[in-house]
Amino acid sequence: MGLIPQPEPNVVETTGDEPWITTKLDAFVNWGRKNSLWPMPFGTACCAIEFMATAASKYDLARFGMERQAFSPRQADLLICAGRVPFKLAPVLRRIWQQMPQPKWCISMGACASTGGMFDNYAVVQGIDSIIPVDVYVPGCPPRPEGLMYGIMMLQRKVAGERMSDKSLRNEMEPNAKSELYIAPSVIDEVSEPFGNSVHQTRSGL
Amino acid sequence: MSKGFTPVIAGSALGNTVAAPVSPKNVPNRGGEMNPSVDALRRQFSNAIRRAEVVWGETTVIVDGARVHDIIEWLHDDVSERYDYLSDVTAVEFRDLEQPIEVVWHLRSLPFRRFLRVKVLLEKGAPMEVASVWDIYKGADWLERECYDMFGITFAGHPDLRRLLMWEQYKEGYPLRKDFPLRGRFSRSEQLRQALAANPEARYSKEELSIADAFEDLPEDMRRRLGTGERTGE
Repeated sequence: MGLIPQPEPNVVETTGDEPWITTKLDAFVNWGRKNSLWPMPFGTACCAIEFMATAASKYDLARFGMERQAFSPRQADLLICAGRVPFKLAPVLRRIWQQMPQPKWCISMGACASTGGMFDNYAVVQGIDSIIPVDVYVPGCPPRPEGLMYGIMMLQRKVAGERMSDKSLRNEMEPNAKSELYIAPSVIDEVSEPFGNSVHQTRSGL
Repeated sequence: MSKGFTPVIAGSALGNTVAAPVSPKNVPNRGGEMNPSVDALRRQFSNAIRRAEVVWGETTVIVDGARVHDIIEWLHDDVSERYDYLSDVTAVEFRDLEQPIEVVWHLRSLPFRRFLRVKVLLEKGAPMEVASVWDIYKGADWLERECYDMFGITFAGHPDLRRLLMWEQYKEGYPLRKDFPLRGRFSRSEQLRQALAANPEARYSKEELSIADAFEDLPEDMRRRLGTGERTGE
């Protein structure tokens, strides 16, 4: 009485007119990746305050699929380095980058992380790109949340354009003194004489 | 076991009749009322007290470097002084190469509401060494380590005088000295190579871990692990 015959579970009857699409596997995977980047904040200074503002409700980083902040590098896709990095912290930042599983990306947030900023002194790394590879540099001192979000959207465009067949994207190179690509610090100093460049200053005039 | 301590109530030694302190106004640059501790110091240590001056209402007393430990100990212990709080130990170097380096102790007497700045002059060329006050104020530990790290001043009697801010393998010298170049002595590429060569996990020796006191009571496997530096189990 009143019993309605139920269909067998796990059996889907198709009629053949459901919508379907074709796509490239790259596009499909990248769509998933770019919309669920899990950021790991590496906040060392005032940029981290702006990062917190970006993640909080007004600017709401969750709109970009960054709902979950990963405070462990092992569960993170994106390292956001916010703030200056002293030389004492350089091996730590490098170790954290090595602990992150592929695929991984890095945003250098703010002037100090990108170039050392105003801290052109004995204690501060002149740009974290001399320690780890950086995908997007966000200028500003500190950048406004809009600036960081623009950088994140640039990174999303970059992720969307990646190809799985390009294996070199995931190559990780350690500094190896036996490699042909390795340049010893003394050689770097010599070729950047007399003035050095932004990363390798050979003059300690001040 | 550490002894129990009695709380110090600020101004308690002055009695109930003294008015509550107010922020001083119109303080002269030089001169003004000198801290009464200076007269007491002159009576107690006569020759060891070189000079005393009042700058912006704060008293500075310049003393003999060989006696500074006795002086600070007396200031700490004497019932009419009771300088029970060491707020800073630091040093000053001047751009004038002839001028000696000054080591500065900032002492505060909470019961008497007094502030005293004690200075020792270290002549250029002489060994940069003064006595540690760690046995009087345990809080001097890191203050003296920082002063050693930045200026290279040796505090004789400090139990563990190592660098505090820069890493222990730092070879470039003492950053706050006037002859230290702002960007360091080595080139950027060499600085980076040395920094990256450091093992970030080797920094924590078992002595630095808070469980070092209980080291002998730990299980055998944990002792073995900590004995070679902490590992995260990668």
